Amino acid sequence: MPCRPVRPPDAPAFLLSSKMTVDLTVTQTTQTKVLSLSGLSKRFGSVIANDVIDLDLHQGEVLALLGENGAGKTTLMNMLFGHYLPDAGTVEVADEGGQMQALSLGHPQAALAAGIGMVHQHFALAENLSALNNIVLGSERLGRWRRDLRAARAKIEQIMQRTGLVVTLDTPVGRLSVGERQRVEILKALYRDVRILVLDEPTAVLTPQEADTLFDNIGAMTREGLSVIFISHKLREVLAFSQRIAVLRHGKKVGEIATADADERIIARMMVGADTPETPRTDMTAGAPVLELEGVSVTGRSKRDSLVGASLTLNAHEILGIAGVSGNGQSALAGLISGLTKPSAGTIRIGGADIATVTPANMIKAGVGRIPEDRHHDGIVGAMSVAENMVIERLNSAEVSRAGFLKKDAIKANAETLSRNYDVRGPGVDARARLLSGGNIQKLILARVFEQTPQLILANQPTRGLDMLAASEVARRLLEARETGAGIVLISEDLDEILSLADRVVVIHDGEMVEAGTRDREVIGLMMAGEATPHEPQQSGAGTK
Amino acid sequence: MIRIEPRPATSTAFKLGLPILSAVIAILGAAIPLAFAGADILTAYGEMVKGVFGSLFAFSEMLTRATPLIFTGLAAALAFRARLWNIGAEGQLYLGAMAAVAIGAGAIEAPGYILLPLIIMLGCAAGAAGMVVPTMLKTRFGADEVVTTLLLNFIILIFLQYMLEGPLKDPYGLGWPQSAPILDEGVLPTLMARMRVHSGLIIALVAAAVAQVMLSHSVWGFKLRAVGENAPAARHAGIGVNRSLLSVAIVSGGLAGLAGVSEVAGLKGYLTADLSPGFGYTGIVVAMLAGLSPMGVVVAALFIASVFVGADSMSRSMGVSSYLADLIVSMSLLCVLVGGFFARFRITRTGSSASKTGEA
Repeated sequence: MPCRPVRPPDAPAFLLSSKMTVDLTVTQTTQTKVLSLSGLSKRFGSVIANDVIDLDLHQGEVLALLGENGAGKTTLMNMLFGHYLPDAGTVEVADEGGQMQALSLGHPQAALAAGIGMVHQHFALAENLSALNNIVLGSERLGRWRRDLRAARAKIEQIMQRTGLVVTLDTPVGRLSVGERQRVEILKALYRDVRILVLDEPTAVLTPQEADTLFDNIGAMTREGLSVIFISHKLREVLAFSQRIAVLRHGKKVGEIATADADERIIARMMVGADTPETPRTDMTAGAPVLELEGVSVTGRSKRDSLVGASLTLNAHEILGIAGVSGNGQSALAGLISGLTKPSAGTIRIGGADIATVTPANMIKAGVGRIPEDRHHDGIVGAMSVAENMVIERLNSAEVSRAGFLKKDAIKANAETLSRNYDVRGPGVDARARLLSGGNIQKLILARVFEQTPQLILANQPTRGLDMLAASEVARRLLEARETGAGIVLISEDLDEILSLADRVVVIHDGEMVEAGTRDREVIGLMMAGEATPHEPQQSGAGTK
Repeated sequence: MIRIEPRPATSTAFKLGLPILSAVIAILGAAIPLAFAGADILTAYGEMVKGVFGSLFAFSEMLTRATPLIFTGLAAALAFRARLWNIGAEGQLYLGAMAAVAIGAGAIEAPGYILLPLIIMLGCAAGAAGMVVPTMLKTRFGADEVVTTLLLNFIILIFLQYMLEGPLKDPYGLGWPQSAPILDEGVLPTLMARMRVHSGLIIALVAAAVAQVMLSHSVWGFKLRAVGENAPAARHAGIGVNRSLLSVAIVSGGLAGLAGVSEVAGLKGYLTADLSPGFGYTGIVVAMLAGLSPMGVVVAALFIASVFVGADSMSRSMGVSSYLADLIVSMSLLCVLVGGFFARFRITRTGSSASKTGEA
């Protein structure tokens, strides 16, 4: 037996954060342990990704592993699965007889043999092979293909029947929906007789309904004795579908809590280590139209980046949420408003004035502030300084240049003011922008956008990948801009974010935009999947040609 | 297990030290072939230094050699800053030279203060045209400018041979494929009596200084750097990427054309097909050695010219091949490229074969 750090067995409640007084007892003593991580540590250079983490999993349990980006969730699971070798610590897994056995670390084969399966956020499927072939791929011995395939089909059909994870086995994976592909991934793991299944952000790409179905299936699987760890940062689904929640922060496990005892506020505080500021949202009456699309079409390379006859009106003092599963035309809409994509038909008016030629420069001139989806790729020039990135959209303005030459002192002074006002932290305004953290890069972009008091703001996935404090800062700034009279197009894959910020919701599906006319998650979810019509059809202008 | 990971930042000392270290390694490395050639290494190096610094004439010869390299080095450095890979400076140089003799060798008779600026401007324009065409092919049709500019070099060289046998051929040239000489009014004056170093050097130094200022202090330079470092972000920020590329193409091609003008009107007097011993290509090495900085180009051009002139002198007195100069130049480029890799990445040793880099 490997030696383990001395600690009381089955330590009860613990919220290691100093200021917290919540004391909650986890009652899991009656269940059988199937997995036990003890003292796992991993360091990448000077970054401690995992710092002495202990974690137990019981049979038939759904354990949610919660934490912000960079908290160490994925590192921990990668060590469990043998992708990384821990610097310290041990893992024990129950064998088929229920006896805890030490797992040989650093070997994915050993993890597989011990019955651990992992479904990654990004699927690893061969698109031109059928679902069946994808499931058995890699588990077959060469030369015995045909006979095994027949047996495999029987086995998979049995699994599908038991768990409700149904897919058409003979369809090429390329023609399956994202939800179906995920089921193929899970079936792939179950086919290999896993007893412990790790799901990394399984709902990131699903509609709310697909997510519900997934959790129903997981419920069925756990009743069969499967144990599940699912990694997430969505509080709502963690509270709804797990039995126990373990929270990581900055590489440390800061606490564990029975889901029954938790609420959003408690776990948010565990994740962040402080209270997330509330973003008060005042009622406002909408003003004059700032963005009008009339029958606008965009012909993209595929249907996924096209728009079909989109019409919508966005008014001042209004946030319009664009809900949809990613890849349904959001990039075409974002490209259009940011000026990168030219429409093939239709008219665009901003502040009542026609935009004749759609270019980024014309959009900036028309008073459009753009927060791009990929902030590293489109938002900043990483090799140029923070100060330069703050003026990159208005090089010809009198404050930035005169007679074609840059006013270096003014640019620097501007950057220092903006850094202070928008709390951009980093090695200084002369440092390369790529040295900033993701949250600070976003603040740089916010400063650049909001400082020009735009009448229209495109916020494309503005909080993706940000920690909760930075995300709430973005939300606060958007609401502030709404109050001062901007109209905001908020594109997000996170329906919760849209519902908490938007005044109106438009659902985008297959390049068609339809006003939801409701704030009902269920209806919006069905519309995102293309399975429902709007509540009040043809209301306030959004529709298809 | 060895692991390669990106460095978060590169220190200024590293950036400055890298080309110097590369040059030193290249010169020291040249001792190996020297030893094989049977030469006494210390004497050989002594001859090399003497060949550059031994006399005023030797030094002026080095400056003469450096002049076209500053122009082609700047042409490469500015284009490369915008990630526009101009490999065609050699061809653009000849375009500039052809334009210079086309109007400077008797087609127009005018006083020097008119003829000389005219020659310079037309030479620039011809070189610029030679780079604008491939750049437009790139912005319009996505043609890879590495391929088009490189291949254009050969097309232009064949065109040059045609011109030297035909329209531009000197009627009094005894049948040699060479152009008529530039009129006296169109000649770039020499800087020192009885030396070959000419006022092209002054133009080159001014060009480098202007390029340096424009790059870091002008809106044009800002756009060029933004386009080069991250074209999608530049486009998103409203910078006309294609426009920036075309403008830098004009400047880059124009500078390469100036190299041709300066060689013809400052040094040779007439145009032959061997005007340039590969100045266009060596300019790329100069630019890389200079870390794409315009003032760095001046230093790098002086270094490479010293190597060439010094090696020539060494080969004369020691009886070793002057190809040694090419060897040193190539090695210093290799060292810079390898060093550039170490500037961006570092290599660390890890204990286990199973650990990999990854995000937390």
